[in-house]
Amino acid sequence: MTEAPKSARLVITAGSVPYLPRHIKLKQDAARGGWTLLAPERVFTPDEIAVDVLKLCDGRRTVDVIARELSVAYNAPAEEIRGDITAMLQDLADKGVVTA
Amino acid sequence: MTAVANSSGPQAGALHIPAPVGLLAELTHRCPLQCPYCSNPLALERVANELPADVWVDVLKQAADLGVLQLHVSGGEPTVRRDLEEIVAGAAKAGLYTNLITAAVLLTRDRLEKLAQAGVDHVQISFQDTELTNADRIAHYERGHAKKLEAAGWVRALGLPLTVNAPIHRQNIESVPAFIELAERLGAQRLEVAHVQYYGWALKNRQALMPTRAQVLRSAEIVAKARERLKGILVIDFVVPDYYARRPKPCMGGWGRGIINVTPAGKVLPCHAAESLPGLVFENVRDRSLRDIWLSSDAFQKFRHTEWMQEPCRSCEFKEVDWGGCRCQAFAFVGDMRATDPACSKSSLHAAFADTAHGEAAGAPGPFVFRSLRASA
Repeated sequence: MTEAPKSARLVITAGSVPYLPRHIKLKQDAARGGWTLLAPERVFTPDEIAVDVLKLCDGRRTVDVIARELSVAYNAPAEEIRGDITAMLQDLADKGVVTA
Repeated sequence: MTAVANSSGPQAGALHIPAPVGLLAELTHRCPLQCPYCSNPLALERVANELPADVWVDVLKQAADLGVLQLHVSGGEPTVRRDLEEIVAGAAKAGLYTNLITAAVLLTRDRLEKLAQAGVDHVQISFQDTELTNADRIAHYERGHAKKLEAAGWVRALGLPLTVNAPIHRQNIESVPAFIELAERLGAQRLEVAHVQYYGWALKNRQALMPTRAQVLRSAEIVAKARERLKGILVIDFVVPDYYARRPKPCMGGWGRGIINVTPAGKVLPCHAAESLPGLVFENVRDRSLRDIWLSSDAFQKFRHTEWMQEPCRSCEFKEVDWGGCRCQAFAFVGDMRATDPACSKSSLHAAFADTAHGEAAGAPGPFVFRSLRASA
């Protein structure tokens, strides 16, 4: 699938359906432990919460659904989590590692 | 970061040796272009000494086992190797993220498709300028620019992410805004506005390449504005030339801290310019495992950590930020590999270093010495 050139900044909202573009790879890092997010000439080290979020960015769930699922897992209010993950995904979208 | 497990070297374990993150594989020094700022050493490796594909595949497996995540497949021009697909497939099998760094003038759509199938994750194409005549003049290669544009189109058509690499110097620096437009037009994900670094061929051609300080500052402003405008659309990396800097760059993220360079003949270096340092012996993947070379070879241990430092580095609060800057630049300008990088304002030669750049940038640019085996040292 060709990622079309973007002409405008992607804005992440509760209704966005985020996913990792084909060329971004989330994988376990055996040498250092934890997870790593591989992008062109970039290596990101997502923390545990970011990894939980990224694993749910499957191109089917909305940000709202992801927040509700994690609110159960973390036993925390969904609105709070939605705010946090929207900000996190916006930051990753601005870096080109998440799209929607 | 945690240390590499089961370190085997005699000195490993005494100090924390991080696992390498990236490996730059110079598959060959052959290249159809002759850019006068090429990052290859002046003494180019001959084709007869190049490692065969099966050795590369083994080295890449060793690299992944050692902790390397990103592979930069480069040269010279990596696509001159007919066995490139085999090497890329080996990298993919080892789980490496593979960046193909190419001049792109030899690519066909068919070859690119095969490379994508073999496992290339990302393609970086260099452009010598945005203006066709000047671009071909700098690369010393006819019709190169047009071929690059065509290849960039194939990269996007095949759904691969594209980086436009723009090496910047006084003979194309006014094109920085046009490079940004080019990257946008080509649908690139990433643009490298990379001021030429003055080692090897670029050092030989420094007078013909060095921009003025005002030009460098203007290029930085243009990039800063474009980054804001293109947030979320295009990632722009900006590599500054350090002749006008106050603080040195943490060269390679520190000597032997994150990056391994393997030459066409299999020598393992802490950076691609390290062979310019006298007296260092670089071991070969044909003789010893990559893990042993990384952890305990003399060349990698020589400037690792901070014990080797002299004043003013030794007592400097930034010694674990910039790691003393670049050893090759210290040797080339100061004549002492252990000296503070002259790009640092604490270096006694800092003013002389900046004056060199000011003086050269103020004069008329001399003719280029194009990169070639014939002009090779």
